[in-house]
Amino acid sequence: MAYHKITLTINGEPEQVDVPSNMTLLKMLRERLGKTGTKNGCAAGECGACTVMVNGEPVNSCMILAVECDGSEIVTVEGLSDHGSLAPIQEAIMESGGVQCGFCTPGILIASQALLNRNPNPSEAEIREALVGNLCRCTGYVRIIEAVQAAAQMV
Amino acid sequence: MLEAHPGLPEFDYIKPKTLAEASRFLADHAGEARPLSGGTDIFVRMRDGVWKDKYLVDIKGLDGTDEIVYDPSKGLTIGAAVAMNRVSAHPDVKKHYAALADAVDKVASYQLRNRATIVGNICNASPAGDTIGACLLLGGALDVHGVDGARTEPLASFFEGPGSTALKPGDVVTSLRLPLPPKGLVGRYYKLGRNKSSDLSIIGVTVVGFPDKRAASGYRIKLALASVAPTPLVVAQVEEILAAKPVTEQTIAEAAQAAMDACTPIDDVRASARYRKMMARNLSQKALTEIWNQLGR
Repeated sequence: MAYHKITLTINGEPEQVDVPSNMTLLKMLRERLGKTGTKNGCAAGECGACTVMVNGEPVNSCMILAVECDGSEIVTVEGLSDHGSLAPIQEAIMESGGVQCGFCTPGILIASQALLNRNPNPSEAEIREALVGNLCRCTGYVRIIEAVQAAAQMV
Repeated sequence: MLEAHPGLPEFDYIKPKTLAEASRFLADHAGEARPLSGGTDIFVRMRDGVWKDKYLVDIKGLDGTDEIVYDPSKGLTIGAAVAMNRVSAHPDVKKHYAALADAVDKVASYQLRNRATIVGNICNASPAGDTIGACLLLGGALDVHGVDGARTEPLASFFEGPGSTALKPGDVVTSLRLPLPPKGLVGRYYKLGRNKSSDLSIIGVTVVGFPDKRAASGYRIKLALASVAPTPLVVAQVEEILAAKPVTEQTIAEAAQAAMDACTPIDDVRASARYRKMMARNLSQKALTEIWNQLGR
């Protein structure tokens, strides 16, 4: 199988990685770069646990090849905080009780941050629509939605 | 160790520099190479072992595939690699092709629509494809680059069965073209899934309508169904009934019945054939009534 040398930026840090054709961005992040904040849930583009930002837009990292990300800017959940100081969405989700088992949380944080970046003051309907692709089996979503609303107020 | 989620099988990722190179490679490796755009269907099927291609040929970035252009004299051209979110966010798509924008927004999730493409939805030729009905009703055609050069494939004769199309080895679809919309066009997509959002459709109903002086009723109203037949289904009788007779509650009921009679659904994990047939009638009736209200009777 062919290997490809790719150069990309992950949370602001330049990286060079030699990846096989069939390696997904998710697998590269977790197994090559140790960024295990991004979770492997369904591996079919349904659950959103693996959501990361590629060039500012959220995507399912299980559904994109690492080689396709050559030259891209990636932001994972590890990149949301700034030198240890949490982003408003991270503060808000803790405060509201929007985290229980925590497995969906990295994906929810990235999808929510991406929403707030394109729409700083989203309605409840817009928040629900933006999080359609992020399944949570614990919280029932209400507190997650409250967290996004609270984060919008904090910014 | 048993893996809960097996990774992708082995294949080689190919990034051709020109369309000619892409077509040649795909033709030379017929049966073991596949064009790759968003990959949202491909990766699922490869992980499941349904598709076993040795090569994925990335067509993103090739001649015009990344562009979406509305020309007020010609219509809309959507490049094969343009992600769905870019299509539904395009102001001219919302304004002139509402049925398509609506259908796009009902596909899976926002994240997935950042990768998934309309041309990919068409080429996979799933009977459940949410965006295909709008493309059919809006008179879409595909620009195809094959080993013998460029040609056009009208969507009306494109679908041959589930996953089966008029495409031949070496073909790369470069864009979808939609002609200028008729004056006063309105449209919508109605999707019934097992949940309110993100699921594949149990059935889908696309409707478009516009005033038409040549029709006895004064209106031309068209309807297409998803997930009820081996291919996406345009129900011609709906258009005929609602063009020939005045549009009323009664003729709408008659047209909805025609939609139900035209479909030949199957039982599957999402719903039974019987349920699909009944829902085809009910949702068609709702869709036609709402589009009729929107046309401003």
